[in-house]
Amino acid sequence: MGEAIVVTSGKGGVGKTTTTANIGAALALLGKKVCVIDADIGLRNLDIVMGLENRIVYDIVDVVTGVCKVKQALIKDKRFDNLSLLPAAQTKDKNAVNPEQMKELINDLKKTHDYVLVDCPAGIEQGFKNAIAGADRAVVVTTPEVSAVRDADRIIGLLEAAEITEPRLIVNRLRVDMVKKGEMMNVEDITDILAIDLIGVVPDDEEVVMSTNRGEPAVLKDQSLSGMAFRNIARRIMGEDVAFLEFDVQESFLTKIKRALSFGK
Amino acid sequence: MFDLFGFLSSKPASKNIAKDRLKLVLVHDRSNCSPELLELLKKDILSSISEHVDYDPSDLDIKITRTKDSASGKPVLVASIPIKNLKR
Repeated sequence: MGEAIVVTSGKGGVGKTTTTANIGAALALLGKKVCVIDADIGLRNLDIVMGLENRIVYDIVDVVTGVCKVKQALIKDKRFDNLSLLPAAQTKDKNAVNPEQMKELINDLKKTHDYVLVDCPAGIEQGFKNAIAGADRAVVVTTPEVSAVRDADRIIGLLEAAEITEPRLIVNRLRVDMVKKGEMMNVEDITDILAIDLIGVVPDDEEVVMSTNRGEPAVLKDQSLSGMAFRNIARRIMGEDVAFLEFDVQESFLTKIKRALSFGK
Repeated sequence: MFDLFGFLSSKPASKNIAKDRLKLVLVHDRSNCSPELLELLKKDILSSISEHVDYDPSDLDIKITRTKDSASGKPVLVASIPIKNLKR
Protein backbone atom coordinates (compact mmCIF):
# COMPACT_ATOMS: atom_id res chain seq x y z
CA MET A 1 0.00 0.00 0.00
CA GLY A 2 1.45 3.33 -1.05
CA GLU A 3 1.16 6.78 0.38
CA ALA A 4 -0.72 9.82 -0.89
CA ILE A 5 0.88 13.24 -0.55
CA VAL A 6 -0.89 16.47 -1.46
CA VAL A 7 1.20 19.41 -2.68
CA THR A 8 -0.59 22.59 -1.69
CA SER A 9 0.00 26.29 -0.97
CA GLY A 10 -3.12 28.41 -0.84
CA LYS A 11 -1.65 31.10 -3.03
CA GLY A 12 -1.33 30.54 -6.74
CA GLY A 13 1.88 30.83 -8.70
CA VAL A 14 4.29 29.72 -5.99
CA GLY A 15 5.33 26.58 -7.85
CA LYS A 16 3.01 23.77 -6.74
CA THR A 17 2.77 22.23 -10.18
CA THR A 18 6.50 22.43 -10.87
CA THR A 19 7.18 20.98 -7.45
CA THR A 20 4.75 18.11 -7.98
CA ALA A 21 6.26 17.28 -11.38
CA ASN A 22 9.82 17.40 -10.09
CA ILE A 23 9.29 15.47 -6.87
CA GLY A 24 7.30 12.90 -8.84
CA ALA A 25 10.10 12.52 -11.36
CA ALA A 26 12.74 12.40 -8.63
CA LEU A 27 10.89 9.66 -6.73
CA ALA A 28 10.56 7.70 -9.97
CA LEU A 29 14.31 8.10 -10.61
CA LEU A 30 14.88 6.65 -7.15
CA GLY A 31 13.01 3.55 -8.24
CA LYS A 32 9.61 4.25 -6.73
CA LYS A 33 6.36 3.68 -8.57
CA VAL A 34 4.73 7.10 -8.72
CA CYS A 35 1.43 8.52 -9.94
CA VAL A 36 0.94 12.28 -10.09
CA ILE A 37 -2.62 13.58 -10.14
CA ASP A 38 -3.62 17.00 -11.43
CA ALA A 39 -6.47 18.01 -9.11
CA ASP A 40 -6.87 21.44 -10.68
CA ILE A 41 -10.00 20.69 -12.67
CA GLY A 42 -10.73 23.38 -15.23
CA LEU A 43 -7.17 24.73 -15.18
CA ARG A 44 -5.12 21.74 -16.15
CA ASN A 45 -1.39 22.40 -16.16
CA LEU A 46 0.60 19.51 -14.76
CA ASP A 47 0.51 17.80 -18.16
CA ILE A 48 2.14 20.85 -19.75
CA VAL A 49 4.89 21.11 -17.14
CA MET A 50 5.64 17.41 -17.63
CA GLY A 51 5.50 17.63 -21.42
CA LEU A 52 2.68 15.09 -21.70
CA GLU A 53 -0.07 17.37 -23.00
CA ASN A 54 -0.30 15.66 -26.39
CA ARG A 55 -0.99 12.25 -24.99
CA ILE A 56 -4.16 12.92 -23.00
CA VAL A 57 -7.13 10.75 -23.91
CA TYR A 58 -9.12 10.47 -20.69
CA ASP A 59 -9.02 12.61 -17.56
CA ILE A 60 -9.82 12.44 -13.86
CA VAL A 61 -13.50 13.29 -14.36
CA ASP A 62 -13.83 10.45 -16.88
CA VAL A 63 -12.41 8.11 -14.25
CA VAL A 64 -14.64 9.13 -11.34
CA THR A 65 -17.75 9.17 -13.49
CA GLY A 66 -16.97 5.71 -14.82
CA VAL A 67 -16.44 6.70 -18.45
CA CYS A 68 -13.15 4.81 -18.39
CA LYS A 69 -10.98 2.72 -16.07
CA VAL A 70 -8.19 4.35 -14.06
CA LYS A 71 -5.62 2.40 -16.02
CA GLN A 72 -6.89 3.81 -19.32
CA ALA A 73 -6.57 7.40 -18.13
CA LEU A 74 -3.04 7.11 -16.72
CA ILE A 75 -0.36 8.46 -19.05
CA LYS A 76 2.96 6.71 -18.71
CA ASP A 77 5.93 9.04 -18.86
CA LYS A 78 8.28 7.31 -21.31
CA ARG A 79 11.38 8.99 -19.85
CA PHE A 80 10.78 7.33 -16.48
CA ASP A 81 9.86 3.71 -16.02
CA ASN A 82 7.69 4.23 -12.98
CA LEU A 83 6.00 7.57 -13.48
CA SER A 84 2.46 8.19 -14.68
CA LEU A 85 0.09 11.15 -14.78
CA LEU A 86 -3.63 11.35 -14.20
CA PRO A 87 -4.57 14.61 -15.92
CA ALA A 88 -7.30 17.02 -14.83
CA ALA A 89 -10.27 17.80 -17.02
CA GLN A 90 -9.97 21.09 -18.82
CA THR A 91 -13.56 21.77 -19.84
CA LYS A 92 -15.37 20.84 -16.64
CA ASP A 93 -15.46 22.63 -13.31
CA LYS A 94 -14.33 21.77 -9.81
CA ASN A 95 -17.73 20.46 -8.76
CA ALA A 96 -17.47 17.64 -11.29
CA VAL A 97 -15.68 15.67 -8.56
CA ASN A 98 -16.41 15.35 -4.84
CA PRO A 99 -14.12 14.47 -1.91
CA GLU A 100 -15.54 10.95 -1.50
CA GLN A 101 -14.80 10.15 -5.14
CA MET A 102 -11.27 11.50 -4.77
CA LYS A 103 -10.69 9.41 -1.67
CA GLU A 104 -11.83 6.29 -3.45
CA LEU A 105 -9.69 7.05 -6.50
CA ILE A 106 -6.57 7.74 -4.46
CA ASN A 107 -7.04 4.62 -2.33
CA ASP A 108 -7.33 2.67 -5.54
CA LEU A 109 -4.09 4.16 -6.92
CA LYS A 110 -2.24 3.59 -3.64
CA LYS A 111 -2.69 -0.15 -4.15
CA THR A 112 -0.52 -0.09 -7.25
CA HIS A 113 1.86 2.81 -6.54
CA ASP A 114 4.41 3.64 -3.85
CA TYR A 115 3.53 7.32 -3.99
CA VAL A 116 0.48 9.20 -5.22
CA LEU A 117 1.22 12.93 -5.48
CA VAL A 118 -1.74 15.28 -5.75
CA ASP A 119 -1.20 18.71 -7.30
CA CYS A 120 -3.70 20.89 -5.43
CA PRO A 121 -5.32 23.93 -7.05
CA ALA A 122 -4.84 27.38 -5.53
CA GLY A 123 -7.49 28.55 -3.09
CA ILE A 124 -9.30 26.94 -0.18
CA GLU A 125 -12.61 26.04 -1.76
CA GLN A 126 -13.96 22.88 -3.37
CA GLY A 127 -10.81 22.15 -5.37
CA PHE A 128 -8.70 22.23 -2.23
CA LYS A 129 -11.14 20.01 -0.36
CA ASN A 130 -11.08 17.51 -3.22
CA ALA A 131 -7.29 17.52 -3.41
CA ILE A 132 -6.72 16.85 0.29
CA ALA A 133 -9.53 14.30 0.62
CA GLY A 134 -7.42 11.19 0.14
CA ALA A 135 -4.07 12.51 1.35
CA ASP A 136 -2.03 10.87 4.10
CA ARG A 137 0.55 13.63 4.19
CA ALA A 138 0.91 17.18 2.92
CA VAL A 139 3.69 19.33 1.53
CA VAL A 140 3.09 23.08 1.71
CA VAL A 141 4.90 25.21 -0.89
CA THR A 142 5.62 28.85 -0.24
CA THR A 143 7.91 31.57 -1.55
CA PRO A 144 9.70 34.16 0.62
CA GLU A 145 6.92 36.72 0.25
CA VAL A 146 4.46 38.05 2.81
CA SER A 147 1.39 37.05 0.81
CA ALA A 148 2.60 33.50 0.11
CA VAL A 149 3.61 32.84 3.72
CA ARG A 150 0.34 34.24 4.99
CA ASP A 151 -1.61 31.89 2.72
CA ALA A 152 0.62 28.98 3.73
CA ASP A 153 -0.29 29.68 7.35
CA ARG A 154 -3.97 29.51 6.54
CA ILE A 155 -3.48 26.27 4.64
CA ILE A 156 -1.57 24.71 7.53
CA GLY A 157 -4.52 25.51 9.80
CA LEU A 158 -6.97 23.97 7.35
CA LEU A 159 -4.83 20.85 6.92
CA GLU A 160 -4.74 20.37 10.67
CA ALA A 161 -8.49 20.85 10.86
CA ALA A 162 -8.78 18.11 8.24
CA GLU A 163 -6.53 15.91 10.43
CA ILE A 164 -3.64 15.85 7.99
CA THR A 165 -1.07 16.41 10.70
CA GLU A 166 2.51 17.55 10.46
CA PRO A 167 2.59 19.08 7.00
CA ARG A 168 6.12 19.80 5.76
CA LEU A 169 7.29 23.03 4.19
CA ILE A 170 9.07 23.77 0.91
CA VAL A 171 10.48 27.25 0.49
CA ASN A 172 10.59 27.78 -3.24
CA ARG A 173 12.32 30.42 -5.38
CA LEU A 174 14.72 31.60 -2.73
CA ARG A 175 17.01 34.36 -4.01
CA VAL A 176 20.22 33.78 -2.10
CA ASP A 177 21.73 37.06 -3.26
CA MET A 178 18.75 39.01 -1.91
CA VAL A 179 18.70 37.09 1.37
CA LYS A 180 22.35 38.01 1.87
CA LYS A 181 21.49 41.68 1.41
CA GLY A 182 18.66 41.42 3.91
CA GLU A 183 16.13 42.20 1.20
CA MET A 184 14.36 38.86 1.32
CA MET A 185 13.13 36.74 4.24
CA ASN A 186 15.38 33.77 4.83
CA VAL A 187 14.31 30.20 5.48
CA GLU A 188 14.56 30.55 9.23
CA ASP A 189 12.36 33.66 9.24
CA ILE A 190 9.68 31.65 7.49
CA THR A 191 9.93 28.44 9.53
CA ASP A 192 9.88 30.48 12.76
CA ILE A 193 6.64 32.12 11.78
CA LEU A 194 4.90 29.07 10.34
CA ALA A 195 6.16 26.68 13.04
CA ILE A 196 6.30 23.61 10.80
CA ASP A 197 9.24 21.48 9.75
CA LEU A 198 11.11 22.13 6.55
CA ILE A 199 11.43 19.45 3.91
CA GLY A 200 13.30 21.45 1.31
CA VAL A 201 14.55 24.75 -0.04
CA VAL A 202 14.59 25.34 -3.78
CA PRO A 203 16.64 28.25 -5.08
CA ASP A 204 15.26 30.53 -7.75
CA ASP A 205 16.78 29.01 -10.85
CA GLU A 206 16.58 29.85 -14.55
CA GLU A 207 16.97 26.17 -15.18
CA VAL A 208 13.42 25.57 -13.93
CA VAL A 209 12.03 28.06 -16.44
CA MET A 210 14.03 26.50 -19.25
CA SER A 211 13.14 22.92 -18.41
CA THR A 212 9.47 23.87 -17.99
CA ASN A 213 9.62 25.49 -21.43
CA ARG A 214 10.79 22.18 -22.80
CA GLY A 215 8.39 20.11 -20.74
CA GLU A 216 11.19 18.28 -18.97
CA PRO A 217 11.59 18.01 -15.21
CA ALA A 218 14.56 19.94 -13.78
CA VAL A 219 15.59 16.88 -11.76
CA LEU A 220 17.02 15.40 -14.95
CA LYS A 221 19.78 18.03 -14.94
CA ASP A 222 22.50 16.71 -12.69
CA GLN A 223 24.30 20.00 -12.32
CA SER A 224 21.33 22.28 -11.64
CA LEU A 225 20.89 23.43 -8.05
CA SER A 226 17.10 23.33 -8.19
CA GLY A 227 17.22 19.82 -9.62
CA MET A 228 19.44 18.76 -6.76
CA ALA A 229 17.09 20.42 -4.26
CA PHE A 230 14.11 18.50 -5.68
CA ARG A 231 16.03 15.22 -5.65
CA ASN A 232 16.87 15.82 -1.99
CA ILE A 233 13.23 16.52 -1.17
CA ALA A 234 12.28 13.22 -2.78
CA ARG A 235 14.82 11.39 -0.63
CA ARG A 236 13.52 13.11 2.51
CA ILE A 237 9.98 12.07 1.57
CA MET A 238 11.27 8.49 1.48
CA GLY A 239 12.51 8.97 5.03
CA GLU A 240 16.20 9.51 4.34
CA ASP A 241 18.10 12.04 6.38
CA VAL A 242 19.61 14.39 3.81
CA ALA A 243 21.53 17.52 4.75
CA PHE A 244 20.14 20.80 3.40
CA LEU A 245 22.09 22.36 0.54
CA GLU A 246 24.29 25.30 1.31
CA PHE A 247 23.61 27.98 -1.23
CA ASP A 248 26.33 30.44 -1.90
CA VAL A 249 26.51 33.13 -4.51
CA GLN A 250 29.52 34.64 -6.10
CA GLU A 251 29.76 38.17 -4.78
CA SER A 252 31.03 40.88 -7.00
CA PHE A 253 34.04 42.89 -5.89
CA LEU A 254 31.81 45.91 -5.26
CA THR A 255 29.43 43.98 -3.01
CA LYS A 256 32.36 42.71 -1.02
CA ILE A 257 33.62 46.27 -0.39
CA LYS A 258 30.12 47.37 0.47
CA ARG A 259 29.71 44.57 2.95
CA ALA A 260 33.10 45.21 4.49
CA LEU A 261 32.32 48.90 4.90
CA SER A 262 28.88 48.39 6.37
CA PHE A 263 30.08 45.70 8.76
CA GLY A 264 29.06 46.29 12.33
CA LYS A 265 26.45 48.85 11.42
CA MET B 1 28.27 52.69 -9.05
CA PHE B 2 26.05 54.87 -6.90
CA ASP B 3 24.85 51.76 -5.19
CA LEU B 4 28.27 51.61 -3.56
CA PHE B 5 27.06 54.26 -1.16
CA GLY B 6 23.70 52.62 -0.58
CA PHE B 7 24.80 51.35 2.81
CA LEU B 8 25.00 54.90 4.09
CA SER B 9 21.26 55.28 3.91
CA SER B 10 19.46 54.31 7.10
CA LYS B 11 16.59 52.50 5.38
CA PRO B 12 15.89 49.27 7.28
CA ALA B 13 16.36 46.02 5.37
CA SER B 14 13.09 45.20 3.66
CA LYS B 15 13.05 41.66 4.99
CA ASN B 16 12.48 42.97 8.50
CA ILE B 17 9.56 45.02 7.29
CA ALA B 18 8.19 41.94 5.58
CA LYS B 19 8.55 39.90 8.77
CA ASP B 20 6.85 42.49 10.95
CA ARG B 21 3.96 42.90 8.54
CA LEU B 22 3.57 39.16 8.30
CA LYS B 23 3.54 38.66 12.06
CA LEU B 24 0.93 41.35 12.50
CA VAL B 25 -1.37 40.03 9.82
CA LEU B 26 -1.06 36.49 11.17
CA VAL B 27 -2.13 37.47 14.67
CA HIS B 28 -5.46 38.49 13.18
CA ASP B 29 -5.68 35.58 10.75
CA ARG B 30 -4.92 32.98 13.36
CA SER B 31 -7.41 34.19 15.91
CA ASN B 32 -10.24 33.32 13.54
CA CYS B 33 -12.48 35.09 16.01
CA SER B 34 -15.04 37.79 15.31
CA PRO B 35 -14.39 41.22 16.81
CA GLU B 36 -17.76 41.00 18.60
CA LEU B 37 -16.81 37.79 20.37
CA LEU B 38 -13.47 39.24 21.40
CA GLU B 39 -15.18 42.35 22.81
CA LEU B 40 -17.57 40.16 24.78
CA LEU B 41 -14.70 38.09 26.18
CA LYS B 42 -12.79 41.22 27.08
CA LYS B 43 -15.77 42.70 28.92
CA ASP B 44 -16.40 39.55 30.92
CA ILE B 45 -12.75 38.98 31.81
CA LEU B 46 -12.34 42.55 33.00
CA SER B 47 -15.55 42.62 34.99
CA SER B 48 -14.60 39.46 36.85
CA ILE B 49 -11.04 40.52 37.67
CA SER B 50 -12.07 44.05 38.65
CA GLU B 51 -13.58 42.66 41.84
CA HIS B 52 -10.13 41.64 42.99
CA VAL B 53 -7.66 44.01 41.35
CA ASP B 54 -7.29 47.50 39.96
CA TYR B 55 -5.98 47.21 36.42
CA ASP B 56 -4.61 49.80 34.07
CA PRO B 57 -7.17 50.11 31.25
CA SER B 58 -4.77 52.06 29.03
CA ASP B 59 -2.34 49.20 28.56
CA LEU B 60 -4.55 46.18 28.02
CA ASP B 61 -3.79 43.45 25.55
CA ILE B 62 -6.32 40.68 25.15
CA LYS B 63 -6.18 38.61 22.01
CA ILE B 64 -6.70 35.17 20.55
CA THR B 65 -3.73 33.79 18.71
CA ARG B 66 -1.85 30.62 17.90
CA THR B 67 1.54 30.28 19.50
CA LYS B 68 4.48 28.16 18.48
CA ASP B 69 4.26 26.23 21.75
CA SER B 70 0.72 25.07 21.20
CA ALA B 71 1.66 22.21 18.93
CA SER B 72 -1.99 21.24 18.67
CA GLY B 73 -2.57 24.31 16.53
CA LYS B 74 -5.50 25.25 18.71
CA PRO B 75 -5.98 28.95 19.36
CA VAL B 76 -4.83 30.42 22.67
CA LEU B 77 -6.42 33.28 24.57
CA VAL B 78 -3.64 35.61 25.69
CA ALA B 79 -4.40 38.41 28.12
CA SER B 80 -1.86 40.89 29.36
CA ILE B 81 -3.52 43.07 31.98
CA PRO B 82 -1.27 45.41 33.95
CA ILE B 83 -2.30 45.49 37.60
CA LYS B 84 -2.09 48.70 39.61
CA ASN B 85 -3.29 47.43 42.97
CA LEU B 86 -4.46 44.21 44.50
CA LYS B 87 -7.70 44.68 46.40
CA ARG B 88 -7.64 42.93 49.73
